Amino acid sequence: MKLNVNPMIDDPDGFYKELIDSQRNCNDEEQRLMNAKLILILANHIGDRGVLSEAIALASLR
Amino acid sequence: MQSTYSYPEFDYTQSYEQLSGKIIRHPVVVIGAGPIGLTAALDCANRGLKVVVLDDNNTVSIGSRAVCYAKRALEIWNRLGCAKPMVAKGINWHNGKVFLRETLAYEFDLLPEEDHQMPAMINLQQYYLEEYMVDRCSDLDEVDLRWKHKVIHLEQHDDHSVLTIETPDGQFKLEADWIIACDGANSSIRKMVGATFIGQKFQDRFLIADVVMKADYPAERWYWFDPPFHPGQSVLLHKQSDNVWRIDFQLGRDADPEVEKRPENIIPRLKAMLGDEREFELEWASIYQFACRRIDKLRHGNVLFAGDSAHQVSPFGARGANTGVQDIDNLVWKLKLVLDGHAGNSLLDSYHEERSFAADDNLRVSTSSTDFITPKSNGSRHFRDAILELAKHAPFARPFVNSGRLSTPTPYIKSSLNTEDEDDFAGLMSPGTNCADAPILTNGEEDWFLNQVGSQFTLLVFGRHEGVETANYDNVPIKIIRVGTDIIDKKGVLTHRYDGKAGAIYLIRPDQHIAARWRSFEIQKITNSLGIALGSK
Repeated sequence: MKLNVNPMIDDPDGFYKELIDSQRNCNDEEQRLMNAKLILILANHIGDRGVLSEAIALASLR
Repeated sequence: MQSTYSYPEFDYTQSYEQLSGKIIRHPVVVIGAGPIGLTAALDCANRGLKVVVLDDNNTVSIGSRAVCYAKRALEIWNRLGCAKPMVAKGINWHNGKVFLRETLAYEFDLLPEEDHQMPAMINLQQYYLEEYMVDRCSDLDEVDLRWKHKVIHLEQHDDHSVLTIETPDGQFKLEADWIIACDGANSSIRKMVGATFIGQKFQDRFLIADVVMKADYPAERWYWFDPPFHPGQSVLLHKQSDNVWRIDFQLGRDADPEVEKRPENIIPRLKAMLGDEREFELEWASIYQFACRRIDKLRHGNVLFAGDSAHQVSPFGARGANTGVQDIDNLVWKLKLVLDGHAGNSLLDSYHEERSFAADDNLRVSTSSTDFITPKSNGSRHFRDAILELAKHAPFARPFVNSGRLSTPTPYIKSSLNTEDEDDFAGLMSPGTNCADAPILTNGEEDWFLNQVGSQFTLLVFGRHEGVETANYDNVPIKIIRVGTDIIDKKGVLTHRYDGKAGAIYLIRPDQHIAARWRSFEIQKITNSLGIALGSK
C-alpha cells in the first residue's frame, strides 16, 4: 500500500471549515464542478498512478 | 445545393464470363471500391497479383465523408503510386485549437517531424481520393474494376468461394481463391459469413455540413465545446480543398434526423456560427450516429475483412479510413506469399492477430474521445467541464482535453511474426513498428528511404558485415540496402532513427515493418527470423 491513509493535516477542523466555506456561495452545479476541479488538481499534484489507483479503489468502497 | 465537384460515372461493362456463361476462378476478388477496396486493388497489382474488384455502384463517394488522411496512409499510397495528386490537392495542416465557450482552452501542434517525405496530415474530400485511385487502377492491367456488380450470395468451400453476382444483365457466378471484403460498415459479406459485429453504439446525433465559402480562417482544426452559437453542444470546423469547409455539429440524443437534415434547419445553424454577412453555400449534409465495434475475426476462412466492414470507430481522430488502409498494407503481401506457395495459409492468421490488435487500440482511443465529447453521466460531464476550465490556466489539464486523438499507426509490439531483440538499441524502430522515413541519396540523387524498401523482404545494413550480400537466405528473395554504398545517409537522419552508428542489420517485411534486428551478422539468425516472419515457426 503506497497510499498514505494516516492523518497528515495538522488542523483538521480548520481545513474542513476552509473546504466547506469555499463552496458556501455555490449552487449544487457549481459545487460539483469545483469538486471535480479539486480532484483533478490534487491528482496531478500526487502524480503517482499507483497511489491514485489505490485512492480511487478506497473511494469506491461502499 | 451547389457543387464544386462533378461526379464521374464509370461505365458498366458486361464481363466475358457473364457473357459466355463460363465460370472463372480468380486468385483475389475485392468487394467494394471505396478507399479501402481501391487500396487493396492497387496493392495486389503492385505485388503482381491479378485482382477483380466488384462494386454495386458506378461512381465515387457521394459527399465527402472521410476528410483527414495521416502520414502512414499517405506513405502506403505513395508506395502504390497514387499519393502525389492527393498531397498536391489536399490541405496540409498541423495546428488545432480547442475552445470552451468563447475562450481558447487549448492549442496543439501535431509538430510534424522534419525529414519525412509525406506530411503529418492532409484534408481532402473522399471523392477526390477515390477518383485518383480509380485513375491509377485504370493504368494497371492487373486490376479488373467492375461497376454495377452486386454480390448477392457467397458460398465458401475449403479452398475457394463461389460468388453470385447481379448486374444490369442478370446474375452470374464467379469463383475466388481469396476474397477481401471492403464493403463498409453495413457489410453484407459480413452477414453472409455469419460473423458478429459487436461493440458500443452511441446515442448522440451529429450533423455534418460541407460548406463552400471564401474565408481566410487558417487551415487549422477548430473544436468548440459549448460555443455561444451552438450552446450545450460541440462543433468542429475543418478546411478541405476548393474552399469547402467541413462543419460538424453535435445535436444531442433527442434530435430528430428527418427534421435536422432539411436545409431550412441547417442554414440557421450555419448563420449563427459564421455570422449573417458571410456568403456560403451548402454543398452536402448528413446526419449521423456512430458506433465503436469490431468483427469477431478479420479472417473467416478464405474471406478477409478490411476497413469499416471489420471495425467501426467514431470519426473524432480520423481513425476510420487511415486504419483500413493499414489493414490492406498488412494483408496483401501475406496473400501474395501464400498464393505463390512461399508461406502457408497460417500466415493469414497473423492478419487477424496484428490488425485486430490495431483495431482494438483504435477502438480504445476512439471510445475515450467519444466519452469526453459526449459524456454519458453527470459525473463524467463535471470532470470534462472541469478539465476544459482548468486548461485555460493550468498546463497539467491540457493533455486531458480530448477532441479526438489523431490517427497514428499501432506498432505490432506483441506480434508472433516478430523476433525479440537480443541486442540493445535506442530509438523507436523496435520489431513490429513501421519503418520511419528519412532523406537519402541514391545514385547521387536526393530520394527517400521508404522508396528504397523492397516489395519482398529487405535487409537494411549499417556498417560492414562480411557475407551479407552473398549469403543464401533459404532461397527467400531479399533486397539488400547497404547504407554508405547503395544509399548515402547524407544528413545522418536514417542512422539516427535506426540507431545504426555502431553497425546494425534490420530485417524489414514487405509492408515496411521491422521483423527483427541485430548488431552483427549471423546467417542462421536471419533465416530463423525470416521463418518466423513467414508464419512458419
